[in-house]
Amino acid sequence: MSSESKQEKIVELDEDGHLANRDEWTKDLAQDFANLEEVGELTDRHWDVINYIRDEYDKKGDAPSIRKLTKESGVSTKELYKLFPKGPAKKAAKIAGLPKPKGCI
Amino acid sequence: MREVLILGGGTAGTMMVNKLSKALAPDKFNLTIVDKDETHYYQPGFLFIPFGIYKKEDVIKPKRKFFPKNVNVVVSEIDLIEPDKNSVKLSNGDVLSYDFLVIATGTEIRPDEIEGMTEELWYKSIFDFYTIDGALALENYLKKWDGGKLVLNIAEMPIKCPVAPLEFLFLADDYFKKIGIRDSVEIIFATPLDAAFTKPIAAAELGEFLDKKNINLVTEFNIGRVDNVEKKIVSWDEREVEFDLLVTIPTNMGIEAIERSGMGDELNFIPTNKHTLQSENWENIFVIGDATDLPSSKAGSVAHFESDILLENLISATKGEPLTARFDGHANCFIESGDGKGLLIDFNYETEPLPGKFPIPGIGPFSLLKETRMNHFGKVGFRWLYWNMLIKGRELPMESQMSMAGKYIPENQQKESKKLHL
Repeated sequence: MSSESKQEKIVELDEDGHLANRDEWTKDLAQDFANLEEVGELTDRHWDVINYIRDEYDKKGDAPSIRKLTKESGVSTKELYKLFPKGPAKKAAKIAGLPKPKGCI
Repeated sequence: MREVLILGGGTAGTMMVNKLSKALAPDKFNLTIVDKDETHYYQPGFLFIPFGIYKKEDVIKPKRKFFPKNVNVVVSEIDLIEPDKNSVKLSNGDVLSYDFLVIATGTEIRPDEIEGMTEELWYKSIFDFYTIDGALALENYLKKWDGGKLVLNIAEMPIKCPVAPLEFLFLADDYFKKIGIRDSVEIIFATPLDAAFTKPIAAAELGEFLDKKNINLVTEFNIGRVDNVEKKIVSWDEREVEFDLLVTIPTNMGIEAIERSGMGDELNFIPTNKHTLQSENWENIFVIGDATDLPSSKAGSVAHFESDILLENLISATKGEPLTARFDGHANCFIESGDGKGLLIDFNYETEPLPGKFPIPGIGPFSLLKETRMNHFGKVGFRWLYWNMLIKGRELPMESQMSMAGKYIPENQQKESKKLHL
């Protein structure tokens, strides 16, 4: 936590608990979501994943599946689960300020 | 003459060849269908084989029986599709060129994608039921099994027929009760999803069924490997589930020829326009059924609803007209729930499965998202409909587009957004 007192933030969430309005996303907010999801302090490796899926989302309109992530982001499946325990695709999307991936049908 | 080539003669390809042979003028178009296998499998029937409800002969018929007479049939594997040359190389050495291509090559299970899945225990204590061989091997195993831990695991999404794993669990519960060993069987469902099913309202309803039937649910379990020595599956985040009998729904992927041809995504599914069913990359290629990357269920009913849309758009394409028919993602699935009962779900891209009556609003005879005997009869009767009407491309009394008539949204399930205070 920085030395200045933390200001209260209120953000709108969608029905899946992800950020409703992407424009409200900031790096600080990403860290807040990471704390909520018990991912902890975001490292450079976390940011590699977050930046990759934000790019993918801009290109494709959906966050990538784990399989696509590991194939293209240079992060192995094993590491991905270490970085974002339990549901990496979903958790990383939430922290990146994106909707829940549609991948699961 | 213009050439129309269909790759794949399963549920989707067989429907398309029948519809196209009626719709295309025989003096202007040559129609050819390619498949590696001479046998047509009624895949929804595989589910019933492990429990001795269906026999092998109930689910197979020769493919040729369902192909029209004026169509060229080629039995061969596909080696390579060359979309920029409008040609397809077959493993038998033939090269077929086309003006229009319909890809209906489906999806395959890939147990080899999971570390340890196809080693010592494969078809000894680990089985699938998405292939005829797997379903028959599992039937043999169950005949001699006297109980223990039965684990059903979905490796990753998407899978063909997302309700089949649940149906398997319900039927297993029923089967073990009937043969008197339910008390000695622990049933565990380990799924990568965060609930029993993909769609929230149906997931809540189906989750209650699991509770009622004493089936344990392990969620967000993403299998990383199978430990053949200690008989357990281990998730990527190192959670473990032990088994005596593992029934797996392995990774589903499009065929390898799609990968070799550079036409697929990371699972070899083909990028396809979700409304027109035209390939995203080639104007004279259309894709139908499980082979697509559409955000819809991989199911025969989806292929059926798609077939009318694809027919209309392919005909438009042959005339150089714009593609106006639009697929809405419609799926319609009977869910066998055991003890001679079943549920029915009806949904599309936008609308998740809801309760109500189907197909006649308020009357039925089928009830949506509710367990009834009538729904079970629907499922049983569907096999006749499949062989005699559906794959022959005959009209069914069902619209391609989903209808909201007869459906309602439960009050406590209305979607709402929340605010997060940080």
